[in-house]
Amino acid sequence: MTTLRMKNPATSRQPVRFNWLKIAVFLLALLPLARAAWIVLSGAAINPVEFITRSTGTWTLSFLLITLAISPLRQLSGWSWPLRLRRMLGLYAFFYGSLHFTTYIWLDQFFDWPGMLHDIAKRPFITVGFAAMLLMTPLAITSTQGWMRRLKRNWGRLHRLIYPIALLGVLHYWWLVKKDLTQPLLYGSVLAVLLGWRLYRRLRQP
Amino acid sequence: MLIQKPADIAPSEITPEGVYFNRRQFMLGSAGLLLSGETLAALAGKKSPLSSADKPNSLKEISTYNNYYEFGTDKSEPAMYAGSLKTRPWNVVVDGEVGKARSFGIEELLKQPLEERIYRLRCVEGWSMVIPWIGFPLASLLKQVAPTSRAKYVAFETLQRPAEMPGQRSRVLDWPYREGLRMDEAMHPLTILAVGLYNDVLPNQNGAPIRLVVPWKYGFKSIKSIVRIHLQEQMPATSWNMANAREYGFYSNVNPDVDHPRWSQASERRIGEFLKRKTLPFNGYGDQVASLYRGMDLRRNF
Repeated sequence: MTTLRMKNPATSRQPVRFNWLKIAVFLLALLPLARAAWIVLSGAAINPVEFITRSTGTWTLSFLLITLAISPLRQLSGWSWPLRLRRMLGLYAFFYGSLHFTTYIWLDQFFDWPGMLHDIAKRPFITVGFAAMLLMTPLAITSTQGWMRRLKRNWGRLHRLIYPIALLGVLHYWWLVKKDLTQPLLYGSVLAVLLGWRLYRRLRQP
Repeated sequence: MLIQKPADIAPSEITPEGVYFNRRQFMLGSAGLLLSGETLAALAGKKSPLSSADKPNSLKEISTYNNYYEFGTDKSEPAMYAGSLKTRPWNVVVDGEVGKARSFGIEELLKQPLEERIYRLRCVEGWSMVIPWIGFPLASLLKQVAPTSRAKYVAFETLQRPAEMPGQRSRVLDWPYREGLRMDEAMHPLTILAVGLYNDVLPNQNGAPIRLVVPWKYGFKSIKSIVRIHLQEQMPATSWNMANAREYGFYSNVNPDVDHPRWSQASERRIGEFLKRKTLPFNGYGDQVASLYRGMDLRRNF
């Protein structure tokens, strides 16, 4: 461990001030939670557990896709400010994913561990959802500046896990739908465009 | 996903069901001196000993949380879009292996001796409700057409009218929706054709004007808005089985021991309850119906 540590260049570049953009996005990202809480508490959801599960699940996927849209947005527009939001958006994906996972363990299964193990082993859509959640955890833990420094080049390699995570997320949704695939197809198409863009750039510039 | 609007009526403003029915009872009683009750009560059903003692779900729960793909695949969509369905005039054709094939107008069907049947309903997706249906046994209708000895199965069909049923404009399922029963299941006293619930005609989203109710089977067997009942010798094709035979069998009896590939069927969440409850074989109607399946392997014939 280095003892003589310079101030982190990423943060020292900016003067100390409120970052209104970050605050605004932070609050905006809490709106889905507020809306879900309102719908459940007002009694408008006939099957609240199902509603919370679906709502937190689709928002997890949405935040994963928003996070993945940051790089293409920067590359296409030339703006640099979206990059400053990426970590927070990724953490929000983890936040909604945790709520989704907790809802399953607590409200849906009520801590029926044997039942859940049976579910994970037997039902492919739960297996892949569980895998996605597991893979998101190290990314959330290593999202700090400290871990970035400690992992150096490996940090970037590790965080490329977001690609399989998003794929597993879409697959999870795809396999759980009974018949109407419109919604998973929508998320799948957006993901295909976002990953396709990366592939295209990679093939174009050696 | 669809954004559900929060209720604009506070729960405190809603008349409790008990009060609502008392008032109806009172009006019926006082008006009965002058008029026959039939004209006042939207639909009255004689109490049935076959009713469950469980507490029924509220009309709001029953009529706003529906699977009715003809009006959309989200559970909130049928209540939003089923209003466009015209339920008058309405005829149900009953034909096939019968001595007296004929068509029944809905007015005639509403004149059958009606009963209130409070039944549990278990959806294949793992939730359940208790619903106070008004209806009459399917057997009493079938007896009127004199089934022949070749009538082994009963095939049902839902209305196909994409102009009024927006869900039918996309090919989510192969329309019209089809269901079927074996003849002995169809003739069982628990099997009813429902024309109402909570002492009124069926809301459109619940399958108006007439639907099947088979309480020991998963909900999708209880086909809605029936226009055709066809008796036949061969086992009929059924919609969910056609869509995915691995997941939806012809029988689809409620069975906690046979999992759906995506859902455990061991337990269920009763709408309005927080904790799940254990699912009972045949949805708790085993004493009355298990004998229908004696000698059958219900894992294979799921």
